[in-house]
This record gives sequence, structure tokens and C-alpha cells, in this order.
Amino acid sequence: MKFALPTILVVVTVLLMALALMGAGASRGTVGIAVGSAFYGLTPKGDTPQQALTNLLVDVQRRNWDRAFESVSKTSGIDEQSFIQDWIGSNGSLRSFSSLEAFDPRPLHATNDDAEMRIRLHWTTPVGPIEDVRDIRLIREGDVWKAVWPRVQVPNVHAQVIPVNYLRWDLVTGGAADQWGSGNVDAPHVRIISMNAVDSAEGAIVMGEVVNEDTIPAFVNVNAVLVDRAGSAIDDESSFDKIDHILLPKQVTPYRIDFPGFNLKNVKNVRMDVKATLVPASADPVIGVMKQKIDSDVQGKSVLHGDLLNQSGQTVNISHVIVSFYDNNAKVVWVADGYVDRALLPQSTESFAVEIPKFVASRVQNFHVVVDQYTLGRS
Amino acid sequence: MRRRFKICAVACVTVAFSVLVCFAQDLRVPASVTAGDDASLSTSGSGKATFYLLGPGVSIKTDATLGEEIRLQGRDLRNAGEYLALLCSGTCNSATFFVTSAKPFRLTFLVHPSRVPVARSDAVSGVALPFDQFHNLVLAPATIDFQLAVANYSLFSRAARTQDGVAWFRTASGKSAGALQVSASLDAISVKRAVQQVASDPCQLRISGQRGPAGILVQTDPVHDCNGNIVSDGTIVTFSATEGDEKSTVDAPIRQGIARAQIKTAPGMTVISAASGIVLGNELRIGAKQ
Repeated sequence: MKFALPTILVVVTVLLMALALMGAGASRGTVGIAVGSAFYGLTPKGDTPQQALTNLLVDVQRRNWDRAFESVSKTSGIDEQSFIQDWIGSNGSLRSFSSLEAFDPRPLHATNDDAEMRIRLHWTTPVGPIEDVRDIRLIREGDVWKAVWPRVQVPNVHAQVIPVNYLRWDLVTGGAADQWGSGNVDAPHVRIISMNAVDSAEGAIVMGEVVNEDTIPAFVNVNAVLVDRAGSAIDDESSFDKIDHILLPKQVTPYRIDFPGFNLKNVKNVRMDVKATLVPASADPVIGVMKQKIDSDVQGKSVLHGDLLNQSGQTVNISHVIVSFYDNNAKVVWVADGYVDRALLPQSTESFAVEIPKFVASRVQNFHVVVDQYTLGRS
Repeated sequence: MRRRFKICAVACVTVAFSVLVCFAQDLRVPASVTAGDDASLSTSGSGKATFYLLGPGVSIKTDATLGEEIRLQGRDLRNAGEYLALLCSGTCNSATFFVTSAKPFRLTFLVHPSRVPVARSDAVSGVALPFDQFHNLVLAPATIDFQLAVANYSLFSRAARTQDGVAWFRTASGKSAGALQVSASLDAISVKRAVQQVASDPCQLRISGQRGPAGILVQTDPVHDCNGNIVSDGTIVTFSATEGDEKSTVDAPIRQGIARAQIKTAPGMTVISAASGIVLGNELRIGAKQ
């Protein structure tokens, strides 16, 4: 009798451990990291398209590349190295600094031997969370399903010599021995050329465009203060990363300032302030934005897509696309941005896509794309 | 009534005592002293006393003999402003005097801006402030001669009297890009500053282009402002190529007056335009590739 309670406790504990080990992989509809088994060898068999894709993504999250690649069909024509590179990025791209935080697989259609799944991939990146949507085809191979992973198109950069004759602005600061007022250099002249304030589901948004009117580069930041009917400031925000901060002479950038949780009906006035400081800068690399077109994506959303073409001879690690959308009166009605997660190799292209919200998509008549870039070793 | 009488009596005694003291030891100071010059203060009476001098950045205590002069050295009177002299022997007697700035020794010359587009009215301004050798602002009126010149060609000349130690000018920028020499002179003192005159906005933006194997090569004619100055290198020209419902853009910097860009397009009819800041150029139509 005195061993009854310890025995029951041991049995219940063992049962709960067994349930935990076996049960986690069988749970359905969970997003991302919670899906999968705790121990290798106890992974549920990929006998359904959803389970097979889940197994693959869990292995990708764990960076268990060999096991993940086992879930890829041999008919894909992709080698393991390219598959890994597709997930972890290369050349110091944004993907190289990102990790797959969660995923959300949904079936699109399925037959006995063929299925198509849509996965929403939630990445954590240095520039904030990024969501990626991919459609993956799966085929039955025996009693398991395997993903047909699309072949990764890696730009083939030929050996070549590209003469570098770009312009560069260096900044020399005066010494302490300078007489007062003898050698000051004025800050660049920048001007807000348009401003529009709108309400959105997330809050009030102030957006527009800024031009550098000077002959030297400028580091630009736009601040806005919301003023209520009593004349007091109710919030103060800056354009943060929704702007191309370094503006070369006569360059125009969109800006967007978000005021989460605020409504314009409580705002009487918006005080704008643009700050510009003189910085060293380079006109290189020149990035062309080709084949820009507004289309609907697979989810039916309006998307501006195009190709970035690196016309210089150096690798651009992270490209940031910022777009201002205009209505038929050339008024800025929306500013959106997006990051390209692959590095932009010299003389090569990478595609980009920027979503246009539904409430503004029908009014968009024109757009202007600028590309901000980050290159390792240069700030 | 009795109380009022007491107050009056005390006041009379105090005044009488003060008058006696004043006669006993007197301190006479000069009306004005020039900064850096020696000065002497005369005293009356007899006996030993302590002398204090308090001024801008100066605080001195010395022994003095009543009836003799107190000599102040120039190094103690370098800072212009009001000084308080205090002589104490039992009681204290004080007097104030002013030290004025010496003759102008250097000019501080502030010119704004450091960079200016050509042909802008009231765009260049300058302020000159004369200081003596001890860094005192010279408040006495002086005539400062302002000169603006580009490559030894005089654009502007004006003589301005200082008011309260300040003289200034304001004028338009010149019509040609380059260094604008700005000088301010006062007697033998002369100070020079440089303002960089830069080209203004492009006046006409004309483009030409042709289709090549790698796309369309498009370039501007030499880009000038409305005064004929070549627009500064590095100025961005945005080329836009529209073909059907697709658009391609390249932000290309001007080099030696010309901006060039290579635009990859499909081989159809393409319309190309250019813009620099808020200035638009002509439209170019390039036909389909044969």
C-alpha cells in the first residue's frame, strides 16, 4: 500500500512524457516553431502533403539540412548546396542575417499524387519582421510526400573589369585652430515638396516627398508633430526607415511617418520638420529599376513589382525599395517599402515586389521608385 | 512725535559722519581709460589703506598710502567694461570708471552662406565686428570696406560704418559659378572669406538615345543652368523609360556635365523622359528594334 502513490506518480509521469514526445508532431494548424517532434526519429511520417512540408520546414528552422533535403524530391533538380543557400542566403544578403521564426502552411489543391501548398514564412531580420509567401508543389513518392523545390536562379557573374569612375564626396572638418566663422560649411538645403496625411487601419500616416536642392549630398530625416485643437502636441514621430536617408544632389525620396493608434479627426495641424546634415557619400553604385509594373499577385493583392539592376562593379548586400504612389493629380497617396532578401551582384538583377493596400490601389495612377542600399564595409 | 525726532537725529549724525569721512580720504578716478593703458588714481588724506579693484575678469587687492597716487598697470585693465575702485582705511570709499576698447586690431568676419546658387537676390550676407588686441569689441564707429570679387573682377563694393560695433552687407550672388572672394577691410586690417557659387537648377534638360545590344543608351546634352553654368557633377538625373504598361528608371549622376544611363527594355516602342529634381526634360520616342 505504501508504494501505491509513488508507483502511480511514476506511471503518470512516464505516460505524460510519452504523450509529449509523440503528440507534438501530430498537432495541426499550429504556426511555425511549435510544430514538430522533440527528438529525431520521432518525427511524424510525411504521409500527407501538409505533414511533409511541415517536416521540411521544421528541419529548416533547426538548420538540419540533410534531413530537410531528404524531404525534397529528386525530381526537383536542385542540389543540397543550392537548397541550403536558398534558405541561408549568401554574399551578406538580408537573408544571411535572418532566421525563420514561424511558418503557416495552407493547402491550395491536392490529388492522390500531386498537391500544391502555400506557405507564409515569417522571418526575423535586422530590419524587422518580414513575411514571405511561397507556393510549393508536392508529389507522392511511394508512401511519403516530397516537395518539388524550385531551382534557385543564381546570377552568373562573368569575370570582367568594370572601370570605377564614380563621384564621391568626402567631408573635411576644420581644426580647432580655425578662427571663428572662417571655415564653416552650411548644411545642405533640402525641401519637402509634397505632404499628405491619411487615416489607415493602423493609425494616422503622414507621407510625401523630399528633394535635395543642394549640390552636395545630404543625410535627411523628416519629423512630424501632430497638434490637437488646443494647440498642444499629441505625438511626435520620424520617418525612421521609410525614407532614403542619403540624398544626392537633386535626388527625390519618398517619406512616410506612421502614428499608430492616432486618428486625424483629433488632429488640427501637422508640424513638419526636415533635418539635413552634410555627410560623405558616393554616387556609386547606380541601381536601375527595370520592368516596373503594377499587377495582382497570387493572393489577389495589388503589387508593384520589377527588377533591380546593379549597374556597378560591387556587390550590394541589402537593397531597400521605397515607392511613392500618385493619384491622377500627381498627389502622393501612398508610400510603401520593401527589402530584397538576396544580394545584388554586379551587373545582375534581382526582382522586388511592394504591396499596395486595397483602399488606395484603385487611385494609383503613377509611381516613383527609389532604391536605398547597404554595402558591407561601407556605411 | 518724539520717535520722529529720534529718527531725524540719527540720520543727521550719519550724514555728518559720512561727510567727514569723505573729506578724510578721497579717491579720484579717471573718466575713461583705454584698454591696456596704464592709469593712476589719486587719493587724499593720510595713513595706510587697502585698495581693491574689481572689473570684468579682474580682482586686485593692494596696500596703498593715502595722499599718494595708486598706479594701475595696463595688464590689469585689458578687459573693457565698468571697474569698481575701493579704498578702505577704517571706512571705505569707492568710485567707478570705464575701460574702453583700444583701437581695432582684428576683424571677425562672418559670411553666409558658404555655398550659394548663382543669380539669387539678397543671397550673400556678411557681418564684420572689429576687436582690439585684447578681444574687446570696438564700439567706437569705424568704416569697414566690403568687397566681393570673382576672379579679380569686382562684383560689389560698399563702405559701411559700424553701429554698436557691427557693420554688415547683403547682396545678390554673381552669375557665374566659382569661388566668390569676399573681403572686409578696416585701415590696414583685411580679412577674406570665400563663398562657393554653384550652378542653379538645370534650365533645359535635353536627352538623346539609341537602342543598342544591351538596351537603350540614353544621355543628356551638357546640362546648364539658365546662366550658362554647367550643372555640378553628381547631380542626379532620373531617366524613365515607358514601354506599354512597364516602366524602368535609372538615377544617374552627372559627370562633366552629362548624365548617361543604360536602360534594359523590351524591344518595343519606348518613351524616355528625364527629370532632375523638379525640372523636367524632353520626351524621346525610340522605335521598336528591327
